[in-house]
Amino acid sequence: MTPLLEVRNLTRRYGARTGCEGVGFDLWPGEVLGIVGESGSGKTTLLNCLAGLLPPDGGEAWFDTREAGPRDVFRMPEGERRRLARTDWAFVRQNPRDGLRLNVSAGANVGERLMAVGARHYGAIRAEAARWLERVEIDPARIDDRPSTFSGGMQQRLQIARNLVTRPRLVLMDEPTGGLDVSVQARLLDLLRGLVRDLGLAVVIVTHDLAVVRLLAHRVMVMKDGRVVEEGLTDRVLDDPRHPYTQLLVSSVLAA
Amino acid sequence: MSADGLPWGFAYLDEGTKRMIRRALLKALAVPGLQVPFASREMPMPYGWGTGGVQVTASVLTPDDVLKVIDQGADDTTNAVSIRRFFARTAGVATTTRTAEATVIQTRHRIPETPLREGQILVFQVPIPEPLRFLEPRETETRRMHALAEYGLMHVKLYEDIARHGHIATTYAYPVLVEGRYVMDPSPIPKFDNPKLCSEAILLFGAGREARIHALPPHTRVESLAFEDHPFEPARAAGICALCGAADSYLDEVLTDDRGGRIFVCSDTDFCETRRAGGAS
Repeated sequence: MTPLLEVRNLTRRYGARTGCEGVGFDLWPGEVLGIVGESGSGKTTLLNCLAGLLPPDGGEAWFDTREAGPRDVFRMPEGERRRLARTDWAFVRQNPRDGLRLNVSAGANVGERLMAVGARHYGAIRAEAARWLERVEIDPARIDDRPSTFSGGMQQRLQIARNLVTRPRLVLMDEPTGGLDVSVQARLLDLLRGLVRDLGLAVVIVTHDLAVVRLLAHRVMVMKDGRVVEEGLTDRVLDDPRHPYTQLLVSSVLAA
Repeated sequence: MSADGLPWGFAYLDEGTKRMIRRALLKALAVPGLQVPFASREMPMPYGWGTGGVQVTASVLTPDDVLKVIDQGADDTTNAVSIRRFFARTAGVATTTRTAEATVIQTRHRIPETPLREGQILVFQVPIPEPLRFLEPRETETRRMHALAEYGLMHVKLYEDIARHGHIATTYAYPVLVEGRYVMDPSPIPKFDNPKLCSEAILLFGAGREARIHALPPHTRVESLAFEDHPFEPARAAGICALCGAADSYLDEVLTDDRGGRIFVCSDTDFCETRRAGGAS
């Protein structure tokens, strides 16, 4: 068995400053990897590099493609990488308004990826969109409403539906629960956990919320100043942190 | 000053400009549907009045050409009359209102009803050449989408039309796929005219403000985008022309009084007049 994603020595600098440096990890099919660290530790830089939004300064990221086996996504032609990004990959942004088209209906938002890969039957696209709305607990009767009329939690769930409709194998998530109140967060996490299990998704989830990691992630990677300082099984890292920074991070969580 | 004593070159533009535009036209014809940038000039008319079309016409005109200019199908509206006079004065070419007699036709938003034949050139005035513009505002991104043929977004718009109106409500500037490669905005012609884009004539599109030229050589395969279960339908008003009785032409609705009286008449004035002269009514 080969890992779904093998990242080696990923480096991105912003001039003299470091975004992330020498980051590497393996992600196996169906595995959820949490990346934690304080603001500015390079989590989002890492994710944006993987998603193709930022060109990395160095490193490799081998993705096990369906057709041709492991390919280095940083050295793929742009067209191929973008095709991958809208079929086998998904990118869930922190702010759902960045990941949605606010001026078209919820149905069109979910259907966009289907149409991008060649679906041309209106009825079939709409039926699939309705199924996905239901799956992320949005009333299918709202299929023709614009996402701007949705609440924050609904927008985030719509963004997830829009990303998962092409059955991707790799999902990148950037603080998916950020900016939501705790009860909505809990529902969203519950939904995500169900989807990850049912669809067998491999997920890289970036967050500063250790509770999210505890709930979702199998393994966790702790970043500080652009470098990975500790990684391991989630329970091991959170219950028995070894690096001083991880110890600080774990001990700063307020008990409710 | 040109040889004939006029204070401008033949057809107003200088030779260097015309050569630059002809280069863009040749490239556009070689890659049907591709938007080719060109160094659009200031013209003695405001943007939005056909500065792109006028520059293309000026570049393809020869002294032997017969020019026809239409605006929404009509030869006698302000835009059509003034552009026709402009070229009669600056190029000294013969002008006509008869589609069949013209060799170059500049048009604003219609394709004549009379089928065009080989040897004719139809020049369109284009306001916004980018079909993806209202879906994706970034030019860098739309260029990339054209380069990679990523046109799923176009169908998102059509999907949205059906979701909101029950049918594809786009009635003009209806997007087309050219030779299975580039999605093109055929300028704001009614979608009734879309089937006529597969033509024996050369179709040239000039957008002056946006500085883009695109083109369709004769017999290019042009498909109007649609869904399998919502096929493309060229729409026209349900009615017949009150002047010539045509039941298959594109119609304008005209108010006749202030008590709600209205009639439909052919949008193509030459087509209507020819039919009436031939005894149809």
